[in-house]
Amino acid sequence: MLWVSRKTIKMNYFPDEVLEHMFFFITSHKDRNSVSLVCKSWYKIERYSRQRVFIGNCYSISPERLIARFPGLKSLTLKGKPHFADFNLVPHEWGGFVYPWIEALAKSRIGLEELRLKRMVVSDESLEFLSKSFVNFKSLVLVSCEGFTTDGLAAIAANCRFLRELDLQENEVDDQRGHWLSCFPESCTSLVTLNFACLKGEINLGALERLVVRSPNLKSLRLNHAVPLDTLQKLLMQAPQLVDLGTGSYVDDPSSEAYSKLKSVFQRCKSIRSLSGFFEVAPHCMSAIYPICRNLTFLNLSYAPGLHGNELTKLIQHCRKLQRLWILDCIGDKGLGVVASTCKELQELRVFPSDLGPGNAAMTEEGLVLLSEGCPKLNSLLYFCQQMTNAALITVAKNCPNFIRFRLCILDPVKCDPVTNQPLDEGFGAIVHFCKGLKRLSLTGLLTDQVFNYIGMYAEQLEMLSIAFAGDSDEGMLYVLNGCKKLRKLEIMKSRFGNAALLEDMGKYEAMRSLWMSSCEVTLGGCKTLAEKMPRLSVEIINESEQMEFSHDDRQKVDKMYLYRTLVGHRKDSPAFVCIL
Amino acid sequence: MEGSVAYENDLHLKATELRLGLPGTDEREEHAVSNVRNNKRPLQEGGANGKSDSQNETAPPAKAQIVGWPPIRSYRKNNFQSKKNESEGPGIYVKVSMDGAPYLRKIDLKVYTGYRELLQALENMFKFTIGEYSEREGYKGSDYAPTYEDKDGDWMLVGDVPWEMFITSCKRLRIMKGSEARGLGCGV
Repeated sequence: MLWVSRKTIKMNYFPDEVLEHMFFFITSHKDRNSVSLVCKSWYKIERYSRQRVFIGNCYSISPERLIARFPGLKSLTLKGKPHFADFNLVPHEWGGFVYPWIEALAKSRIGLEELRLKRMVVSDESLEFLSKSFVNFKSLVLVSCEGFTTDGLAAIAANCRFLRELDLQENEVDDQRGHWLSCFPESCTSLVTLNFACLKGEINLGALERLVVRSPNLKSLRLNHAVPLDTLQKLLMQAPQLVDLGTGSYVDDPSSEAYSKLKSVFQRCKSIRSLSGFFEVAPHCMSAIYPICRNLTFLNLSYAPGLHGNELTKLIQHCRKLQRLWILDCIGDKGLGVVASTCKELQELRVFPSDLGPGNAAMTEEGLVLLSEGCPKLNSLLYFCQQMTNAALITVAKNCPNFIRFRLCILDPVKCDPVTNQPLDEGFGAIVHFCKGLKRLSLTGLLTDQVFNYIGMYAEQLEMLSIAFAGDSDEGMLYVLNGCKKLRKLEIMKSRFGNAALLEDMGKYEAMRSLWMSSCEVTLGGCKTLAEKMPRLSVEIINESEQMEFSHDDRQKVDKMYLYRTLVGHRKDSPAFVCIL
Repeated sequence: MEGSVAYENDLHLKATELRLGLPGTDEREEHAVSNVRNNKRPLQEGGANGKSDSQNETAPPAKAQIVGWPPIRSYRKNNFQSKKNESEGPGIYVKVSMDGAPYLRKIDLKVYTGYRELLQALENMFKFTIGEYSEREGYKGSDYAPTYEDKDGDWMLVGDVPWEMFITSCKRLRIMKGSEARGLGCGV
């Protein structure tokens, strides 16, 4: 430890090795970025010692500049498409290709060990290229990506000799029915994480069993629906040390031998803290899981519509240590009451809709209020529901002031408070007022400019805001842009915000990662003005309509606009239907 | 706040009006939905949906078509849709006979969303008209009455029980004609 005495110590007396050693302990990206801004010498030392880099928008920087600045890079995280691409608002060919990154990294001397991608287009070619280019490659995490097939996975399996982590989360993968699992060589014994839950096709069960047998370090295993219960039982026999388990299809006759073996093997799995899967579920088989429940901290039942009513609540009643719960709305308000009285450690809850029709959602404000009364540690919420009231939101805000993420989705997006028939301005106002640490907010319901006034006034830590069908005028958007100093991502659909709001403080966008506006009131002329005045922004107009011709009428409203700051100018890989102004 | 923006006075051109449907959706639906946005006064009671009755029939289909709504990842949506189709399983095929017709037909009850659609389909299939349904008097105004055999083997008049109950208990359909039909419709 270094003494800091009352005398001023001149920082440049520290030898580089000492600084380097100090920086080793600084791991957060934000802190590292701050460190690099202190002075030239710190910038230099920091950049040589940086191993992990996070790039929130793959078009904000080029791979060449990344490689030039951080020659010691080992782990890269890249995000591609904007968030609303998740909801089909961005055409598949828009962009976000990982190939150029892999190509550039392969050419350099970078010893890449980890690649984490979100919303990017990943081809089989890029996976194969990746697998052959980096001897020490250890970890591949793909979230919401597309463009690859199981052939690409086969290349990763076959060529990455020290692979520790293959984690596929909610990707759209084409199943070629090749035996990718069999491509892991016998010598591969290093797996720690294997998650293929999102694959739709059949799995070579024998190959899977052999792989698990020779992976003594396996801690996380998430199976897809094609893995039946009796295979699950065999796998768990070989891997009782698992910490995170995703079952496959969880269906069997409770009187079967496989099921009784499963029951006893679950009792040996004392380390499981995280449980998911249950793509098909036989409610009568859930009692096998009870012994694990008491230690669970994460439970994901959001793909199990077959589990509801008593079986579901019985299961939850065993989970007293739960911190994160992902569930379908078939749990109902009453079910949330059970969660509230059982899961006192709960921090994160996600309630997904099980039926997409607007009149059919099962949750109301009652469930949320019950939850807030029982779980004061709640800090992250995603809640799809039928209706919400201001009174409920105010109660929730007061009961749970620790919210960091608050995402409410009323399936009928312009629904007012059904009790008072008022807009939900006051309710959301209370959320931003009481939850002083709020970083992410998504709003729905009938909302006027007033809610944005509240957000601008109170949401000082807000970094990401998602708006749909809200606001009356440009004032609304201006309240937010002027008030939320830490705003990084703003995404808006179908709201009455136009050029006046867009153009008032254009410099603000350089302090943000991106802005998305679709079906709003901004015109082509407004976007052109913005693009002209702000050369360090890339202003994209995405035009999906039948006529590929972009209208030259500046008064024409723009269907979709996506703008982001960039240090490398306009991207060269945009498709015909994207016009970069 | 309530009085500040009066949508009724805005000079919104139809073309630029924000709607919840895609271009080309039903004019009626468009009107109904824009009422929801424009009208800050109470939505009518009646069902958790809070929508007035005239909107009930048209609102759901157009809503389902709004691109980007509800905000659920396509991966999850696709997963859920395919599960829904799987869980619904094979169709519910029942025989349909019509008095006087030379041969029977078969229909899949799952294809229809309610009585109105079913009866319309039967009318088209056998080229006849069914009368107006009323609880008191059955089908008035024509010589025909749609009936079905339920799980207990009894012949029931189509339309008395909720649709969901009907499709699970219907074993076969028979369109009765003439005096027999009228007899069924009258009170006991």
